[in-house]
Amino acid sequence: MLKVSLYRYNPEVDQEPYMQEVELDTGGKDLMVLDVLELLKGSDPSLAYRRSCREGVCGSDGMNINGKNGLACVTPISEALKNGKGGNKLVLRPLPGLPVIRDLVIDMSLFYKQYEKIKPFLLNDTPAPAIERLQSPEERAKLDGLYECILCACCSTACPSFWWNPDRFIGPSGLLQAYRFLADSRDTATEERLSDLDDPFSVFRCHGIQNCVNVCPKGLNPTKAIGHIRNMLLSRAT
Amino acid sequence: MVNSVTNLGRNGLADWLVQRVSGVVLLAYMLVVGFYLLCSGSDLSYEQWSGYFDSTFMRVFSTAAVLSIVSHAWIGLWSVSTDYLTERLMGGRATVLRLAFQAASAVVLFTYLVWGIQILWS
Repeated sequence: MLKVSLYRYNPEVDQEPYMQEVELDTGGKDLMVLDVLELLKGSDPSLAYRRSCREGVCGSDGMNINGKNGLACVTPISEALKNGKGGNKLVLRPLPGLPVIRDLVIDMSLFYKQYEKIKPFLLNDTPAPAIERLQSPEERAKLDGLYECILCACCSTACPSFWWNPDRFIGPSGLLQAYRFLADSRDTATEERLSDLDDPFSVFRCHGIQNCVNVCPKGLNPTKAIGHIRNMLLSRAT
Repeated sequence: MVNSVTNLGRNGLADWLVQRVSGVVLLAYMLVVGFYLLCSGSDLSYEQWSGYFDSTFMRVFSTAAVLSIVSHAWIGLWSVSTDYLTERLMGGRATVLRLAFQAASAVVLFTYLVWGIQILWS
């Protein structure tokens, strides 16, 4: 039997959040954490969480699993228990730092607001070509490790700087995306993008502790991207 | 773009650069003074210690170290105050608390700066 500790909070009923202890027969299988939730929801339909693709592509089911942020659909129980926190118990909490709407569902408005700030689309003031803007294989290669972000928020909600200033610090996810467009040869708004980032909060609240790198389910490195942005700001200003 | 009038350099990059440069100055200062202390052994007299700091090089270096401590500390304390003393965490009273904390920090650091320069150059 697998012991599971679930963060439960329904603001319409509960005065405050609580941890619900349940047990589940997994039949000895090393299920994914999302499968565990699906089985639990079968017996308790009031349990709320987000999910969609169930294969680590949509980024819906980001949550705190035994103390570490990750995607429930691609985290096996065995890996979750290895995290150390919780012993042989699976402990599921919502992503930290953002308001909880219900159970494992958080309000991601501030996260998306920061994403919106970096203008996550190509800006190009030159006349559009007849077919498409071409890139060399080398120019395209610069986007590897950047474009794969699925906006699951695991990184930003693992970042203390984002916990304290989610309204002013762009956060690792948004900054990875910001560099994705700064590095794109088809984008001509580099100066405008850098000007928008050169304040004490947007980029420089990153202290390089690399929690984001540690939790990213896609294996991306936001700290490295932030370093590139800093270097661009530095070479522009000195 | 998030504007601020209380941070040291008016923009993020200037603060970041000052923080790094001042850190390097302080590390170099610690190594130089530490090396002198190690070489001097346990029989270091007041006259030797005072004479060491009387040289123009040590006066200039010590002044750079004092300036580095003050700027490094201001950037760090400003960051702490804008992390923890915020309206999001504490409500409306946070602005008053943050400004009071920043003002107190500024007074202490300014005092250290003037006092340090007075000791070194008087």
